[in-house]
Amino acid sequence: MEKRQVRVGNQWMYAKDAERALREAMRVQKEQERHAHGEHHLGFWRSYVFSTDHKVIGIQYGFTALLFLLFGFGLMLLMRWQLAFPGQPIPLIGQWLGEANAPGGIMLPEFYNQLGAMHGTIMVFLGIVPLAVGAFGNYIVPLQIGAPDMAFPKLNMASYWCYVPGGLIMLASFFLPGGAANSGWTSYPPLSVVATQGQTWWLIGMFFLISSSLLGSVNFIVTIIQLRARGLTFMRFPFFVWAQFVTSFLLLLAFPPLQAAAVLQLMDRLAGTSFFMPSGLVVSGQILEAAGGGSPLLWQHLFWFLAHPEVYVLILPALGIVAEIIANNTRKPLWGYRAMVYSLIFLGFMSFIVWAHHMFLTGMGTAISAFFQTTTMIISIPSVVILTALFISLWGGSIRFTTPMLFALAFLPMFGIGGLTGLPLGLAAADIHLHDTYYVIGHFHYVVAPGTIFALFAGIYYWFPKITGRMMNERLGKIHFWSSLIFINGVFAPMFIQGLAGISRRLYDGGAQYAHANPAFKTNVFMSVSAWLLLVAQIPFIINFFMSMKRGMKVDSNPWKATTLEWAAAPSPPVPHGNFPEIPVVRRGPYEYSVPDHELDFVPQHAAEREA
Amino acid sequence: MSGHSVEEIKRETRVYLMVFVGLAILTVVTVAVSKLHLTTGPAILVALLIASVKGFLVAGYFMHLLSEKKLIYSVLALTVVFLLVLMLLPLGSAYGGIGG
Amino acid sequence: MEIPYNVEARPDTGLYNAKLGIWLFLASEIMLFGALFSSLVILRTGADSWPHGWEILNVNIATFNTFVLIASSVTVVLAWANLRLGDLAKGRLYLGLTILCGLIFMVVKAFEYGSKFQHHLYPSSSTFLAIYFTLTGLHGLHVLGGLFVFAYLIGPGAKMWATEPARYTNRIEVVGLYWHFVDLVWIFLFPILYLL
Repeated sequence: MEKRQVRVGNQWMYAKDAERALREAMRVQKEQERHAHGEHHLGFWRSYVFSTDHKVIGIQYGFTALLFLLFGFGLMLLMRWQLAFPGQPIPLIGQWLGEANAPGGIMLPEFYNQLGAMHGTIMVFLGIVPLAVGAFGNYIVPLQIGAPDMAFPKLNMASYWCYVPGGLIMLASFFLPGGAANSGWTSYPPLSVVATQGQTWWLIGMFFLISSSLLGSVNFIVTIIQLRARGLTFMRFPFFVWAQFVTSFLLLLAFPPLQAAAVLQLMDRLAGTSFFMPSGLVVSGQILEAAGGGSPLLWQHLFWFLAHPEVYVLILPALGIVAEIIANNTRKPLWGYRAMVYSLIFLGFMSFIVWAHHMFLTGMGTAISAFFQTTTMIISIPSVVILTALFISLWGGSIRFTTPMLFALAFLPMFGIGGLTGLPLGLAAADIHLHDTYYVIGHFHYVVAPGTIFALFAGIYYWFPKITGRMMNERLGKIHFWSSLIFINGVFAPMFIQGLAGISRRLYDGGAQYAHANPAFKTNVFMSVSAWLLLVAQIPFIINFFMSMKRGMKVDSNPWKATTLEWAAAPSPPVPHGNFPEIPVVRRGPYEYSVPDHELDFVPQHAAEREA
Repeated sequence: MSGHSVEEIKRETRVYLMVFVGLAILTVVTVAVSKLHLTTGPAILVALLIASVKGFLVAGYFMHLLSEKKLIYSVLALTVVFLLVLMLLPLGSAYGGIGG
Repeated sequence: MEIPYNVEARPDTGLYNAKLGIWLFLASEIMLFGALFSSLVILRTGADSWPHGWEILNVNIATFNTFVLIASSVTVVLAWANLRLGDLAKGRLYLGLTILCGLIFMVVKAFEYGSKFQHHLYPSSSTFLAIYFTLTGLHGLHVLGGLFVFAYLIGPGAKMWATEPARYTNRIEVVGLYWHFVDLVWIFLFPILYLL
């Protein structure tokens, strides 16, 4: 039989194989034609549960993350009772918490610690990042770059289905003997190594979550680089795409050391190793049976190597969302787009070399402290550049005060406060006084809560019409906005005073025993009331969200009259398979608003010149 | 897919086999050197040097890094920078602090 | 709806999607193993005393395993070369040899661990053993993962050759890259743990 080889496409094959392959190819092509005419049915499970479509996965992430955010918020509301009225039985809910957590409705310190550790963990890893990256990133990025889906749809599905078990493990840990993890979201050894069972589950949960994140970040980077439409050069990306791109690199390269650290801590807890356990430890009066010779600082280095870039993962997508909404609602291009992009890249890089500013008080040498202090001061520069550019973008704009724009506008000063209050923390000398006080809690919550979460709200109001084809109600939106803005400041602003007065964080009684800080301690009542009112303020949002899905005003593909591809080139909602009726070709930058000599005040990125 | 000719692929195969021989030899060398029981400093240096050469061969030829695209180089270069940061900076924190 | 550049390279980057994807994944793996190596360095420099690897571990058995793993790297790249030449049979043969080498590696490793446990040498016995078991254990899990993927590709996954041979060949290239990386980690692990 002939061994003759023929070339089929760019592949060498034996002739008989080529013949068979050709017949197969014709069969496959016929099947694909049937696909193109929508003649395949995937069934309920493959369409809505194990879907590989980025839009479905984005919605899955969105719902799951919002539920976790609400739950994490609930944990904090419980804590706030204890802080305002330490030792008092919790009304209504107290009886349901169980004897192990709150006998007689009075919260035990052990339970308070669980709430604290899990509030942080859930908000950061199960709430904000899945919402900002998993939901918004997954849904919007392929649309904004003119792609039919993500590069690896099955990997995308796997990523979501790694996230869910990780989250469920975290939730389930509350029901273990000893309850959930209680050594802070930072899980410092030696405490975390000798802590109750919940900590093991925390580590296993983190393993799942980190895996989910890694799969996702690979997908985002490949998608953005490889699947962008023709004509979409890097400097024509919407700023949101740039933000997700840099964020994905942070996740890709910073998470693995925490993965490694989690393995090491699991080994310490389960296999009796002493990676983090120093020699000669005495726990509850008993000498600990371990080899010793380990380093608690090793955990801190590995943890913060991730956790610092992680906070930029929390803020970058938010900056992206705010940028989109500001450009759209000022009817002007963003001011300083190039500077903002270079700042993003510089920020991403710097975020890897500032981590030990969380460790100034560990007894590190002055040389290394000076190094990290310097890099920390430097990293504030790109953030300021981006924030300033966004402020300047408002100048001379024709501002539409829609609900998304209100949240985006509020983000600017809120993020400003958060960022500025970070500066004394980044200076090693000032940090001696402020480390581990409420000042720190105030600082990072300002960045994440009236910062990132407001930006995420803005994104929900902004992109809801694209996802559902209906608008959310403006009046409910404004009620949601103003009440949230007022109460969220009520919760967090006094924390700076409390921290400066010397009240430490993670105290089960909120600092009641510190006589010198007593005036500051008393503000706990005001702050807790603000927090509970903040919960009430979310009710109009929740009602609006579900009501608008069914009864919101129907809109066409581009109700905001935006220039970016998700609005201008795809219907609302987008075409189920493939997003676009025809794949767009990009011809200009992302923010061509108010271009002179044009009839309309916006020119879509892909519009041919004569249509403008 | 590279779309190389049959001759080129056969030539690459010869390279792979030569690399294999090189790796085998270097393995023997590194074990032999360890039997000399050098002091810690030189021992680490030599071991890492030989490992780096072996690594270069695997990465350069088996993984085709020597003929890879610029984008891959950039990603790897960035990664190596952060790897060095992770390896070196924590060591710096062990010196000059309280208790020396 | 076809995802573009799954098989043919995108002109400006010169890469197909999975090639870029696997290198990004390997970058994250560099950080993962790098973190463990960093931990080793920190623990070793901070320790009062640290044993020589050869005092505790079996150098000969690990040297043998090093040859085995290097050989498996050769076989997988030869598999890819043969697939590019259009020879599925030879490609599967070399894939099979790769799997065989990987299995030998794991069996030898099992013996190695078993012998340690028999002499009551556990991860908890000392920090050296702790990092030894963790590093080699994680590496071993990566070998195992690779073997699962190879088993799929040599078996049910090979059906793709009939309809999309180029895409199948790409898959072998991509898994091959992962496998070479696993070999690369061992190339550093072996001297650092056993020979110093």
